[in-house]
Amino acid sequence: MSALLSVDGLSKRFRGLVAVDRLSFQVDQGDIFAVIGPNGAGKTTLFNMIAGVFSPDGGTIVLSGERINDLSPDRICRRGVGRTFQIVRPFPALSVEDNVIVAALLHRHLVPDARAHAGEVLRQLDLYDKRAQRASGLTLPDRKRLELARALATDPKLLLLDEVMAGLRPTETDRMVSILKELNRSRGLTILLIEHVMRAVMALAARVLVMHHGAAIAEGAPDQVVRDRAVIESYLGAETV
Amino acid sequence: MIARLAENVSLRAAIALVLLLLALFVAPWFANDYLLTVLILIFYFAYTGQAWNIMMGFAGQLSLGHAIYIGLGAYTTAVLFSFFGVSPWVGSFAAILLAALWGAMIGFLAFRFRVGGVYFAILTIAFAEFARIGFDHLSYVGGSAGFFLPVANYTQSDLWTLRGKPIMFYYLSLGMTVAAVVLCHIMVRSRLGYFWKAIREDEEAARAVGINTFRYKLIAVVISAAMTSLAGVFFAFYYNNLFPEEVFSINRSIELILAPIFGGLGTLFGPILGAFMLTGLAETLTTTLAALGVDVPGAKQVFYGICLLLVITVLPEGVWPWLYRRLGLAGRSE
Amino acid sequence: MRRGGIVSTDIYLNVAVSGVLTGLVYGLMALGLSVIFGVVRVVNFAHGEMTTVAMYFAVVLFATLGLDPLLMMVPIAGVLFVFGYAMQRWLINPFISRPEHSQFILLVAVAIILANGLLIVFGPDARSVQTSYAFDSFKIGPLIVDATKAFAGLAAIAVAAALFAFFRFTRLGTAIRACADNYTGAQVIGLNVPRLYALTFGLGAACVGAAGAMLALVTDVTPPLGPSFTLLAFVIVIVGGLGSMSGALAGGILIGVIAALAGLFYTPSAKGMFVFAILVLVLLFRPQGIFGRRA
Repeated sequence: MSALLSVDGLSKRFRGLVAVDRLSFQVDQGDIFAVIGPNGAGKTTLFNMIAGVFSPDGGTIVLSGERINDLSPDRICRRGVGRTFQIVRPFPALSVEDNVIVAALLHRHLVPDARAHAGEVLRQLDLYDKRAQRASGLTLPDRKRLELARALATDPKLLLLDEVMAGLRPTETDRMVSILKELNRSRGLTILLIEHVMRAVMALAARVLVMHHGAAIAEGAPDQVVRDRAVIESYLGAETV
Repeated sequence: MIARLAENVSLRAAIALVLLLLALFVAPWFANDYLLTVLILIFYFAYTGQAWNIMMGFAGQLSLGHAIYIGLGAYTTAVLFSFFGVSPWVGSFAAILLAALWGAMIGFLAFRFRVGGVYFAILTIAFAEFARIGFDHLSYVGGSAGFFLPVANYTQSDLWTLRGKPIMFYYLSLGMTVAAVVLCHIMVRSRLGYFWKAIREDEEAARAVGINTFRYKLIAVVISAAMTSLAGVFFAFYYNNLFPEEVFSINRSIELILAPIFGGLGTLFGPILGAFMLTGLAETLTTTLAALGVDVPGAKQVFYGICLLLVITVLPEGVWPWLYRRLGLAGRSE
Repeated sequence: MRRGGIVSTDIYLNVAVSGVLTGLVYGLMALGLSVIFGVVRVVNFAHGEMTTVAMYFAVVLFATLGLDPLLMMVPIAGVLFVFGYAMQRWLINPFISRPEHSQFILLVAVAIILANGLLIVFGPDARSVQTSYAFDSFKIGPLIVDATKAFAGLAAIAVAAALFAFFRFTRLGTAIRACADNYTGAQVIGLNVPRLYALTFGLGAACVGAAGAMLALVTDVTPPLGPSFTLLAFVIVIVGGLGSMSGALAGGILIGVIAALAGLFYTPSAKGMFVFAILVLVLLFRPQGIFGRRA
C-alpha cells in the first residue's frame, strides 16, 4: 500500500508556543487514520497545515508524491483533499443542495452535471429529502452531514475530518460511523480524522496517532494505543483500562 | 435559450414581466417629456444598481467609490468623440477596457493584501476621490471647469453618435437595463454565480471546497466596473457636460447604491424595483413641493436617507424579497 | 512645483507647525472615531456629518450670542454626547449582531439625512466664525503661529488628555475598556454592555463636538463637508492604528503636517491626493497602523 499522505518532521510555532513538534507519520491509501490527544495537543494545527491554512515552520507534507507545504487551501482541495471544520461552516443562506453544488462544481463545470453529482452525494448521506431547505435551518447532525457532503462532492482522495462526531448523540455517531465506513469501503476513500469520541475511533480507525504537546507519543492499532502507558497518563485516564 | 432563461420562473411571474416590458415599451406614446425624463433616470439607477449589485449582492464586496467607473466611462467616450470623432459605440470598448483595468487594479491591491470589509470600502472611496481631484487638474479634459460635448441636434436622432431626442435615450436606457438583468440572470445561475454566492457567504469555507476566491472576487469587480462604465457613457452623452466634482463625487457613489439596497441585495429585480420606487417617490415629492411653491434643495436627499433608514431597519433584505413572497410569485429563491 | 524664488526654511517650519496644530484638532475628531470603533466596533460613516453639525452649532451660537467657540466647546460636546448616546442606544444597538454591511448602510443613511438636513436649514453658502483674535498671531522665535490655531490645538490636547484620564483612571472608563477587550466576558461579569456602548458612542460624539467647535474657529463650514471629514478621520485612525488613542492623535499630527507641506510644495488641492496615497500605502503594507497591534 503506497503512502497517500506523508508528514515528515513537521513543526509549527506561534510566537513562543510550539504547537506541533517534529511530527512524522504516514497515511496509506485506503486507510482510516485517527489522531487523538488532549485539547491543545496540536491536532487542529496539524490539520490546518495539511489543509493549507497555515504554512509549516519546518518539515514537509507530501501528498501523492507532491510537496504541498505552502499551497493555499483552494489549491490543496483541487489536489484532492477535502476537509470539514470543527465548528461547521455551511453557506447559511444557500439551500442544502446549493451548498453541495458549489463543491461539485470544482471538477464539473456545467451546473446540471454538478447538480446531478450533488444529488448522488446527498442521497448517500441521507440529506436528499432536505435538499431545498436553507442550510441555516438545519439541526446540528444534519449540518455535520452537510459539511461532509460538501467535502465529498469535491471528489477527494483524502478526507480530513475535524471532530466530526462532536455534539452528536450515540445513535447519530453510529450513523456517521457507518457512513464513513461505507465510503471507505466502496470508494477506497482515505480518511484522516481528529476525534475525541473514542467510540468512533475504536470503530473506525485502523491506525491511531496520539499527540501531546505537539509531539507524537504513540502510534499503532487502536487496541494497542489504548493500553499504552503514556497515552493513559496524558489523555485517557486510568479508568478506561 | 429562452427555455433556459425561463427555468424556474413561475407562470404568474413571467406574465407580469412581459406585461411590464410591454408597458414600458409603449410608454413614450402616452408619456409627456417630464415623465420620460423620470423614467430615463429610473432606468439609469436600475442599471447602475444592477452593476453594483454584482459586486456587493453576489460577491459580497462593498464598494462606496463606484462613481469612478462612471467617470472613466464618461470621460473616455466623451474625449474620443469630441476630439477624434469616434462614435460612442466604438468608444465604449475603450471605456470598458479602462474601467476593467482600473477595477482589476483596485481589486488586485485589495485582495492580494487582504483588505476587506470596511477597509475595502474606504479604499474604494479613496480611489474615487483620487480620481476626482486628478481630473480636476486635468486641463486636457477641461479640469474643474468642465468638459462639454458638441451641441446636440435635438430634432434628429442619430443613434451612432448618440445625439438626439429624449426618446432615443429612453429606449437606449431601457435596453441597457433589460440587457443587464438578462446578463445577471445568466451569471447568477452559472458556475460563476455559485462561486460568488459561496464567497459571499463564507470565504474561508469557499476556499476549503477549492474555489480560488481571489480570482472570482476579481472577476466580480471587473465585470461590475465594466458594466458601470457603460452607464458613464450614457451619462456623458445624455447630459452633454462633465464636471469631475459631479461625476466622481461621493454623492454619485452613494446614490447608485440606494436602489439595490432598498430593492434587495443579491436579487435580480431588487435594483429595478428599488429604482422605480425611490426615484418615483422622490420625483413625486419634488413635484409636489414645486407645486406648493416650495423649492427645498436637499429635500430629495433627506427623503432618500429616510427611505434607506427605514428599509435597513424594517426590511433589511430589501423590498423585493418581501414583495415577492407577498405576491406569491413562487419560483426558486435567489 | 511652486513658481517663484527659493522658499526659506522659516516658511516650512511655520507651515509644519500650522499643520501640527490643525492636525491635533483633526486628531481629536479621529479620536472620537477610534473610541467608537475600538469599543463598539461600529463604523461611524456619519462621523464627518456629526462634525459638521457641531461646527454649525458653533457658528450659530457665535452669530446669535457672540459666544466664542472655544467656550462653547463644552456645551456643544454635551449636545453631541446626548445625540451619540441616543443614536447608539436606540438606533444602532440592534445592529450589533447584524452583518457588517447593514451597519454601514445604517450610518450612511444617517449621514445623508444629517448632511442634507443641514443643507435645508442653512443653505449651501459657507459660514465662518470671526472672533476678535481671528487675525492675531504669536511670535515665538522664527515661528509665527495663528492665535486661532494655537488655541484650537491646545484645546484639542486638553480634551484628549481628559479622555485618556477618563479611560485610565475611572471605573466607568475601565468598564468600557473591558467591553472592548471581551464582549462576552464583560456581560458575564454583569456589565450593562448596551448602556456602556451608548456611553462610549456618546463620548466619541462629544470628541467630535469639541473638535467641531475648534474647527469652526479655523475654517469655514458648508453642508457637503461631511464626507471629507469622515474620510479624513478614517485615514487618521487607520494610519495611527485602530483602537489606539495615542495613535489617533499621532496620526492626526502626521497627516496634518504632511498635508500642509504637500499644500506648500504642490497646489492646495494636492493635499487630498497625498492623504489618499498615504492611506493606500498603510492599508496595503501596515494595516494595523503605526501604533496599532495586529488583530
